[in-house]
Amino acid sequence: MTEEFKKKAVDAVRDFGWPRIIIFLFVLLLFIVAPFVGVRVDTSISDVLIRFGQNGVMVLALVPMMQAGAGLNFGLPVGIIAGLLGATLSVQFGLTGWIGFTGAIGLCLPFAIVFGLLYGMLLNKVKGEEMTIAMYVGFSIVTFMSILWIVLPYTNPTMVWGYSGTGLRTTITLDGYWTKILNDFLVIRIGSNFTLPTGAILFFALAAFAMWLFMHSRTGTALTAVGSNPDFARASGVSADRMRIASVVVSSVYGALGILVYQQSFGFIQVYNAPLYMAFPAVAAILLGGASVNKANLLNVIVGTFLFQGILTMTPSVINSVMKTDMSEVIRILISNGMIIYALTRKTKVTK
Amino acid sequence: MKKAFNPRRFAADNAVVLIFLTITAVCVPISGLPPLSIAQEIFTRIGRNAFLVFSLILPIMAGMGINFGMVLGAMAGQIGLIFAVDWNIVGVPGLIFASLIGVPIAAGLGWIAGEILNRARGREMVTSYILGFFMDGIYQLVVLYMMGAIIPVHSLAITLSRGYGIRNTLNMDPVRQSLDRLLPFRIGMVNLPLANYLTIAVLCLFIIWFRKTKLGQDMRAVGQDQSVSHAAGIPVERTRILAIVISTVLASIGQIIFLQNLGNMATYNAHKQTGFFSAAAILVGGASVSKATIPNVFIGVVLLHLMYIVVPRAGTNLFGSAMIGEFFRDAFSYGVIALALVLHAWRKRANAESARAGLRGTAAAAAAVVAEGAGR
Repeated sequence: MTEEFKKKAVDAVRDFGWPRIIIFLFVLLLFIVAPFVGVRVDTSISDVLIRFGQNGVMVLALVPMMQAGAGLNFGLPVGIIAGLLGATLSVQFGLTGWIGFTGAIGLCLPFAIVFGLLYGMLLNKVKGEEMTIAMYVGFSIVTFMSILWIVLPYTNPTMVWGYSGTGLRTTITLDGYWTKILNDFLVIRIGSNFTLPTGAILFFALAAFAMWLFMHSRTGTALTAVGSNPDFARASGVSADRMRIASVVVSSVYGALGILVYQQSFGFIQVYNAPLYMAFPAVAAILLGGASVNKANLLNVIVGTFLFQGILTMTPSVINSVMKTDMSEVIRILISNGMIIYALTRKTKVTK
Repeated sequence: MKKAFNPRRFAADNAVVLIFLTITAVCVPISGLPPLSIAQEIFTRIGRNAFLVFSLILPIMAGMGINFGMVLGAMAGQIGLIFAVDWNIVGVPGLIFASLIGVPIAAGLGWIAGEILNRARGREMVTSYILGFFMDGIYQLVVLYMMGAIIPVHSLAITLSRGYGIRNTLNMDPVRQSLDRLLPFRIGMVNLPLANYLTIAVLCLFIIWFRKTKLGQDMRAVGQDQSVSHAAGIPVERTRILAIVISTVLASIGQIIFLQNLGNMATYNAHKQTGFFSAAAILVGGASVSKATIPNVFIGVVLLHLMYIVVPRAGTNLFGSAMIGEFFRDAFSYGVIALALVLHAWRKRANAESARAGLRGTAAAAAAVVAEGAGR
């Protein structure tokens, strides 16, 4: 009996993977050490929650493509660019408050859907090489849009350069538009150090629920089938290409929503080269949560985002107090990229 | 049977080169740069960059795609240069000293990279790319935190004021352009870095010779088909690791040559763009993910750098904004890599499908042969 239990435990650990367990313990240790080195735990937890709300939706965006067997969406910037278009247009039209934020969502959706369709069609032509190509498609679109940010006829003075009157600024403040609109919705403040960004968490919950509904709908099930066994899916009359395009479109839409949530929490719109590497932290987060390259679920997203943001919040404060140097950047690079390499080199598990 | 010249097939095979050539040709007159200064720049940049680009050839031959992990070698070379500057070894001996330190580190890193890529079959390129990011973290750990603290560094001029870690910009006075100026040579108004060219020529001879060795042949076989090679008794994993090791070692020497020409080293950024530039160069030169030759390297370096010289100027002259030119240059380079990768993946799939169609019957087989011919 105990033998069997032991074997099961070992299997569970092996499935989850040692690196993840080590990182989990590392985050736990950081939280335990924090009070002893003068870092407030309540502020830290609050920071992690705020960052969770800020980044969660973008991590969620990776789920459909992984499930459909299209790999890690390093081309997330395609969706992010759609989100940036929505955000800048909303500011350009002078929409403020809730109208501004919902307006940005409304304006980014058509772009996200069209970009997603084109990007999906491209990825269908290059099956097997999706990830490298996705990465370079992302880089291309970000740098290409940089030209358009200069050329497009934006006129709102908060957005364009003061002296020339044309071309977007590199960071555009959202003050007076929709800064923290979700974070401050039904916000709960305990003392001066703890803030629960209820609205952002609710928005994430809503987005996650919508994703859950989608993944359990007819399309979602077919999409998972395509990812698990393309031949079987084809034999059951599912068009692999169409399902993959659907997954890419959903992923791009979530990427667009994700960047909007990120911006309202951050308080700024960042254009030009800012989105260039935004896919990598999201990918690292979902992998940290226990996803593999072609299997991901909502639990992976939630656990992964918490862990990853926990590391990002805790390492600068705790490690710096302990070691008196700023090692957080190095730790972030090693953990996030180490996690991606670990997932890419892991043999895909054979079904038992 | 000799293939007749087919303009459509030629265009499809060389789409990347042709697009690149057209845009650059349009931009040369608009930039308004005098031809002589363009020529001078190009000759310098061939000497500076070609060695780095050559490091990509072997992994492509071994079927591992573009080794974005060459940045590992670049980092090793930079560590060698830091020590050469620290010990103030002047001139070409300084470069040789830097290589003596850089090459073993590069070989070790290359071995690790090869082992990792062997576990990531079918997605080598993306894995090697992320591996570059990962090693960047280790590099920072070593250079920013350990050098001066654990690893002895003497010179105060290169350490940060806090007492350990190397400064953001490394002034390489002892070795600056020492290879470029070893054999001074001028044709008219144009300076030619002859010693660089000789080094590159030696490397070309090495690659030509290497292809004919047993190991070189094995690499090509592995690149064609891993399971067949395995059945033929070729140690597939070892061959693939060696391809990466050689590539990383070449990249470390390449980075040393590259940086001695620049004369200053951005300690924490110099290696970041190396993989991107080299990949763009070899793809622009007409190489694909599975086939690369020595001419590809030269054509690529010349074309890419011609573009890099003229496009920002042309952008300034056309739009009155230097930023547009620079963004266009970046977008275009990334776009070219994406396009080359897409075309290759596309063709591979078309070939696989026509091969499968060949199994269905004679009529289909005939169609497949035609399709395959078109795809090639």
